[in-house]
Amino acid sequence: MTKAWMTEIWITKAWMTKPMADATVPILDVRNVSKSFSVNGRTVEALKGANLTVNRGEFICLLGASGCGKSTLLRIVAGFETATAGEPLMWDRPIDGPAPSRGMVFQDYGLFPWLSVRDNIGFGPKSRGRPAAEIRDTVARYIDVVGLQRFADAYPHQLSGGMKQRVAIARVLANEAEVVLMDEPFGALDAMTRERLQDELLDLWSRTGLTVLFVTHAIEEAIFLADRVVVMSPSPGRIDAIHTIDLARRRDVSSPAFNDVRRMLSAQLHSHHARTAA
Amino acid sequence: MSAAPLAGPAAVTAPPAAAARAPWRLERLREGLLALAIPAVLALIWHLTTTGRPYSLIPPPAEVWTALVDLAVGGINDDAFSATLLTHLGASLSRVFGGFALAVLTALPIGLLIGRVPLMRQLLDPMFQILRPVPVTAWLPLAMILFGLGPRSAYFLVFLGAFYPILVNTIFGVRSVEPRLFEAAAMLGCRGSAQFARVVLPAALPSIFTGLRLGLGFAWVVIVVGEMTGVQTGLGAIIMEARQLSRTEIVICGMIVIGIAGFLSDRIVMLIGRRLLAWSPSHG
Repeated sequence: MTKAWMTEIWITKAWMTKPMADATVPILDVRNVSKSFSVNGRTVEALKGANLTVNRGEFICLLGASGCGKSTLLRIVAGFETATAGEPLMWDRPIDGPAPSRGMVFQDYGLFPWLSVRDNIGFGPKSRGRPAAEIRDTVARYIDVVGLQRFADAYPHQLSGGMKQRVAIARVLANEAEVVLMDEPFGALDAMTRERLQDELLDLWSRTGLTVLFVTHAIEEAIFLADRVVVMSPSPGRIDAIHTIDLARRRDVSSPAFNDVRRMLSAQLHSHHARTAA
Repeated sequence: MSAAPLAGPAAVTAPPAAAARAPWRLERLREGLLALAIPAVLALIWHLTTTGRPYSLIPPPAEVWTALVDLAVGGINDDAFSATLLTHLGASLSRVFGGFALAVLTALPIGLLIGRVPLMRQLLDPMFQILRPVPVTAWLPLAMILFGLGPRSAYFLVFLGAFYPILVNTIFGVRSVEPRLFEAAAMLGCRGSAQFARVVLPAALPSIFTGLRLGLGFAWVVIVVGEMTGVQTGLGAIIMEARQLSRTEIVICGMIVIGIAGFLSDRIVMLIGRRLLAWSPSHG
């Protein structure tokens, strides 16, 4: 109990010490962002005129079918790709390239196979030149947070998918990420593991004041997790609507209210399919 | 040939307490016997076709064994070759490992650069692709002009033999690093040239080790050519000298020693590799 409590205090502290901008400034501000690239001489609009502001501590899900630009939007915010038009901002400053403040959790984990769980989690702090003693403490703390004490010295290929994703999450948290970007992180996991990790993620999020941008194509997952669901549609990839999910947490996926939201989002997503097919 | 009697005692001395390990030891014994089966048959054929024929140009195994013992410890023929094995082995070892070390120190950084930096690839890759097929033997005259008669040319030729396998495999390893890992490193705060040491090198390590094994193998392959540069000692040197004196049994002794030394040095690299690549599901 005491240990969990200390962890909580520490995690909170990491965010409190950040130079906080004006409280009215959103942590993320995506302004009219477009991304196009050419395939065999043909220009494809992966994302067109996306606008989205995210406040600190929000849990946002980007929901849509493949090709709707949700991963492109996430990768632009991560700094892996540059927008062809418009401006992505973090704390009112332009995003130019990847940074530890925006940690990414990939669907295929992206763990370093030659590093143990411990060293994967310590990779970020070590890259930023933190002192060895501090890295050791940070790593131990986050191994506790994700419950991988018994696997601290295991290599990624010895872990299950769920454990790998826990390491990937711990890795960005240990690096003091303010925004966690998640690209269908539970898409490759079995249903049971997925549900458990969803719960763990929500627990972590509610304890830390983390901001999460979460890409998914699963309607239920989006409703279960998000404060707001951003519905996107393809060709060209764009944001169609942003829905605030008002259901009380922890959400009951079998409740009538949950089903109402599900039905509404489903209808909205399928109307795009019909339009695209026509 | 000497390994066959060794395999027997190793199995016999297995303590009965180690019953749990018995299957493992049995497996090792079986492996050893299988590995020696065909060489034993070949040696038998060699024995049957050469023994008792005074005009055979190929000396029988027994004669080669005698020559090998004499070469190692002397006291049989008492000629120029007697008891010189260690000197020659030492000379060749220093050239093989010296040339190999030189190849590692150059091919590794160049390979990392070619694999990772487009400008370097454009500058260097075509040149190496053209130089690579040129046999080490063809370099012999130029090497002697550039580096003179003696060990410096030998080092150069061995270096050349080991250089390309290390270079090619390093480039391949660097080029096949998952792009995802660069993204992961970048978002964790490891960007630019810091990625060489923390991502590129470890990710390419399995390939690099393949290159090191091949490179060291080639270093042994070219040792005879390397020691045609007028050096007095070395396994290659005695092979060439024995050839001129029609001492074919000494030639075969040299071949056997090169084979065993090459095999053992490969095992050493392999063991180091296993330790460093314990993380890799296909090694370790």
